[in-house]
Amino acid sequence: MTTAAVTADGRRTKAKPATMAQALGRALRDSMAEDPTVHVLGEDVGTLGGVFRITDGLAKEFGDDRCTDTPLAEAGILGAAVGMAMYGLRPVVEMQFDAFAYPAFEQLMSHVAKWRNRTGGAMPLPITVRVPYGGGIGGVEHHSDSSEAYYMATPGLHVVTPATVEDAYGLLRESIASDDPVIFLEPKRLYWSKADWSPEAPAAVEPIGKAVVRRTGRSATLITYGPSLPVCLEAAEAAVAEGWDLEVVDLRSLVPFDDETVAASVRRTGRAVVVHESPGFGGPGGEIAARITERCFHHLEAPVLRVAGFDIPYPPPMLERHHLPGVDRVLDAVARLQWEADS
Amino acid sequence: MTVQELPGAAAYRPTPPPAWKPITDPAPLLPDPEPYRVLGTDAVADVDPELLLRLHAELVRGRRYNAQATALTKQGRLAVYPSSTGQEACEIAAALVLEERDWLFPSYRDTLAAVARGLDPVEALTLLRGDRHTGYDPREHRIAPLCTPLATQLPHAVGLAHAARLKGDDVVALAMVGDGGTSEGDFHEALNFAAVWKAPVVFLVQNNGFAISVPLAKQTAAPSLAHKAVGYGMPGRLVDGNDAAAVHQVLGEAVARARRGEGPTLVEAVTYRMEAHTNADDATRYRVDSEVEAWKAHDPVRLLERELTERGLLDEAGVERAKEAAEAMAAALRDRMNADPELAPMDLFTHVYAEQTSQLREQAAALRAELDAERDHDEHDAEAGR
Repeated sequence: MTTAAVTADGRRTKAKPATMAQALGRALRDSMAEDPTVHVLGEDVGTLGGVFRITDGLAKEFGDDRCTDTPLAEAGILGAAVGMAMYGLRPVVEMQFDAFAYPAFEQLMSHVAKWRNRTGGAMPLPITVRVPYGGGIGGVEHHSDSSEAYYMATPGLHVVTPATVEDAYGLLRESIASDDPVIFLEPKRLYWSKADWSPEAPAAVEPIGKAVVRRTGRSATLITYGPSLPVCLEAAEAAVAEGWDLEVVDLRSLVPFDDETVAASVRRTGRAVVVHESPGFGGPGGEIAARITERCFHHLEAPVLRVAGFDIPYPPPMLERHHLPGVDRVLDAVARLQWEADS
Repeated sequence: MTVQELPGAAAYRPTPPPAWKPITDPAPLLPDPEPYRVLGTDAVADVDPELLLRLHAELVRGRRYNAQATALTKQGRLAVYPSSTGQEACEIAAALVLEERDWLFPSYRDTLAAVARGLDPVEALTLLRGDRHTGYDPREHRIAPLCTPLATQLPHAVGLAHAARLKGDDVVALAMVGDGGTSEGDFHEALNFAAVWKAPVVFLVQNNGFAISVPLAKQTAAPSLAHKAVGYGMPGRLVDGNDAAAVHQVLGEAVARARRGEGPTLVEAVTYRMEAHTNADDATRYRVDSEVEAWKAHDPVRLLERELTERGLLDEAGVERAKEAAEAMAAALRDRMNADPELAPMDLFTHVYAEQTSQLREQAAALRAELDAERDHDEHDAEAGR
């Protein structure tokens, strides 16, 4: 099914099914077309178009100097991006996979995150680091990590992750336009998710840092982001049969964290479950639960619960379904939200 | 048994696939067998005497700057100072070979190079005093922030030089690193990127013999650090790092080469760290005095002074004038460093992001309240005459 959309200049255009991968590619293309200082660099991003084909066509359209196949060295790529940003460019770095970004951590932690601060605001570093992350695609070892907790724990970085086709476009555009470094986490199992979306008339996206309520409900709030949003929406539909009307909040950015939207929702519902793939211990859920408790204690009817990946190295693909939080685990957590007191 | 030993192996002559052939003839990339020298050799005849005198004045000033900064640590005015005493020829030459539009990428031991490039020494020293990480706007003098994590500034130099080249700007980046830093992965990645991109970068390795306590023999098995260049496909140059005229010439040639678009050069300057790693280090635990004494005979200031006096370019009065100028610089630095720096605690939250997050606004308000309470408390104490 297609729906009509209206462009900025009032033309009607057909929205067609598009994948998140296509929306991300379009965001890169539009950013590069709009701003000649935007440069894409990474491994296989040029001729091949990236292993997930996100950068497909960019080298052809903008040339090898704007979309550059680099030597295979993540610290070197990010370090070079720092120097390019120092000279006024706006680099967008592709890390091929979540776990392949780790060699770049020293550059990220010691320089990218701190640069604005250590130069007293004199030199911002507008770098976007795109990282395909998370599991669920049958990837073998080192291809499925949920690394968001490391980035979240590093002051100076923004950490953004889209969960919808529309957000993939809008948030990536916003990230590239940001004068701060942004870790842009792409949920790789949603790369091929589809939605009706018109690239000619992309909906305006709010600035980075705004969560969004994807489903309103009164019984409890599911707080999630990226790859776990579809799981939570499915769980919310299934919960109707149990008599629960669940609200679902999509964080969209982990840093900045939208305390306001989260707290407002939990104050309305009185119950909350945080859902993510990342291991629970030391993961985002603990921080989010603490923030909710600090702000909404007197509104809470039950402890804030977490549904997370196990505290294990990411399992081999034939076992990953046991690791990933699914609908049943979310519903089990909802069931443990002390409903007895209500009756 | 190997393939070569198999029956009929003599007839087995596999031709490598066409893609395989050495891209670059390594011979022209190889460094000289001995560190290149100018002072005391015939080459010195080609050097402008004015340059030698300029180098001398700067070296004397640099030596005094190192002594003053070390003294400031003893007086509690600097938290720590990694001295470049003995390495002044490298520091000064690195600064002097660059044009104003070029960029310098110093490590934490290279405040002298930054100062010689024109940076206010107080601004150069805020990192080591401990009041500000970077005391200057890097763009003003085109000096990157002093870099503490070893070799991590080298890829920055490559990226900046690459960006300048893409823009068509005539800009060279000179990046400084020590012998220990050459073992870091970022050294390798930076040199590889620079060579592949033909970036206008000069890598200056000051081989001062030690990475804190670890001598070069435990750092590398390479014939020399300059030889590492060959593996990346760029020329390696080996130079006497205590010979200011030689370092100036070799770096100058590397900068000119980069500016011509011919790509990066790796320069190894063989020198010696006369002081401990920092004032907090004890060098007697890992090296013997006789070694230090031997290097004193090859001191960069003495080498240059000998050359200049032997040729009648510098007399005792000239030496005295250079010393006086250096003394005036040191006195001014001492006076200015003896004033307590102004601290701005609220700035802790100002430059984390372009726009403060709500969390940082809350934390800033909390610190503001603490500071106000402290001030009220102090005022109360003052009124009570305590």
